[in-house]
Amino acid sequence: MKSGSNLERVIASGKMAVTAELGPPMSADPHEVIKKANILKGFCDAANITDCQTAVVRISSIAAAFIALREGLEPVMQMTCRDRNRIAMQADLLGAAALGLKNCLCIAGDHQMFSAAGKLKGHPGAKNVYDVDTCQLVGIMRKMRDEGLQQGGDKLEVAPKFFIGASWTPMGDPMDFRPYNLKKKVDAGADFIQTQGIYDMELFRSQMEKARNLGLLERTAMLAGIIVPKSAMMLKYMDSSVAGVTVPKSLIERMNKAKEAAGDDKKKARELQEQEGIKITIELIQQALEIPGVRGVHIQAIEWESAIEPIVKAAGLYPRPTFPDA
Amino acid sequence: MIVGQQKPFDEIWEMVKGFKKVLVYGCNTCVAICHAGGGKEAEILTSLLRMKAAQEGVDLQVDHAAIERHCEPEFFEPLDEKVRTYDLVLSTACGVGVNFLADRLGGSMPVYPGINTTFYGGVPEAGFFVELCGGCGNCVLHLTGGICPIVRCSKSLMNGPCGGTNNGKCEVSNETDCAWFLIVERMKKLGTLEKLYEVQPPRDWSTGTHGGPRRVSLEHIRAYEEQEEKNAATEGRR
Repeated sequence: MKSGSNLERVIASGKMAVTAELGPPMSADPHEVIKKANILKGFCDAANITDCQTAVVRISSIAAAFIALREGLEPVMQMTCRDRNRIAMQADLLGAAALGLKNCLCIAGDHQMFSAAGKLKGHPGAKNVYDVDTCQLVGIMRKMRDEGLQQGGDKLEVAPKFFIGASWTPMGDPMDFRPYNLKKKVDAGADFIQTQGIYDMELFRSQMEKARNLGLLERTAMLAGIIVPKSAMMLKYMDSSVAGVTVPKSLIERMNKAKEAAGDDKKKARELQEQEGIKITIELIQQALEIPGVRGVHIQAIEWESAIEPIVKAAGLYPRPTFPDA
Repeated sequence: MIVGQQKPFDEIWEMVKGFKKVLVYGCNTCVAICHAGGGKEAEILTSLLRMKAAQEGVDLQVDHAAIERHCEPEFFEPLDEKVRTYDLVLSTACGVGVNFLADRLGGSMPVYPGINTTFYGGVPEAGFFVELCGGCGNCVLHLTGGICPIVRCSKSLMNGPCGGTNNGKCEVSNETDCAWFLIVERMKKLGTLEKLYEVQPPRDWSTGTHGGPRRVSLEHIRAYEEQEEKNAATEGRR
């Protein structure tokens, strides 16, 4: 075991892994994290704790991850390259490991100008860091863990033992380069990969084929990302505006039908679309798990954590494995 | 070249309105090409300041001048005496020029910036300027098909595109090309795509602005110049 995390154990056991997502609040109140952690607990092997997603200030990933851990939910802390240089990153990794955190997902992070496009003000005038990129951060974490060395070469008395993750956008363009993008992250030391949300399973299957041909799927655990759709509008938005996400027309039509079935009843329209969204998610999970090399799913129910329980149960992924000695 | 843009007029007015005698001092190299701070722009700005002063009933004398370059001493010399008769220089040179002149005047009078120095760029078409180099002090263009990932990628990524590439555009703006999309396409054409498969390790940024102020000292040129000066002095004595 590299880290001994629950997520690593599940993957090593050969069972399909399930990760979920917990977005920390824009608040100094821990109760939101505690509440979400208890909704997710038992229905996933670990939950990603986002790191100021869309460049909006929230409880830091490490602090929220620690709160979740205290509640009995294993966290995957996230670390963006946007906000810290290599000094702060390594200091935070030592601190996170000292607090008992065992999984870390490395990501570039949304650019600070990105939030300016949404409803929130964010901090578009902030100075970003990008001292290192995702591949380099993965490499730094691996070097700390396996060689007991800081990036600069200084020795660590006790190395932080992380199960190292990286994200992958298999359908982002330039699409023919994306398998190599993945290769670089695996070469750098990524133990597991969580992908951007996938709706077009056939396209994903063909990208996975390329990854397999590069011999990557034996070297890293691929968790297919599924974003639970809530409405026809959300699917259309993701199809047109979210980088690396394409949504087949048939799925948008299914959601439209669910919406139209409610007539003018807005509350019912919402309920029917949510039900359809859960159904679609379950089907996507089942399709993803059939793709050779997929070792689990990363289910993102954004601000809708209660959807995870019925999805995981209906997808035949419940109960989650437990390990007596853990 | 260095690309700049004139500061908003109101900001300039706030800077100069408290002075009595102002020289708008243009530079006829880079900032003239980008229509921000050459002799012509200095003249127009002077007219605008005179009009504003008249409008506001402020007693302000504004004149203009321009020299070829604001980054080497010899270009300043012919106008040094005239410059010292003003109580403010509003320089429309780039930031290098403002620093250089302020150092030259050594605190005897203030030098204010009339333009914002924006970037090192090229001019793909008249009136259009794009940033192409970050002056990082450690060039990697041989690895990236001649496309700079330091400034042309919004995140200065060194190992390929992030997840924000959308139809070849950057997540920051759909008017901004994704540098890594361009790099991949360029490397394909060059037949060197496999160069991108290798992981680039963390960079040493100390060659850039992160290593403190930078200097380049060419000892052989300095020694030569020193010798020339000595020779001239000896000749003079003869």
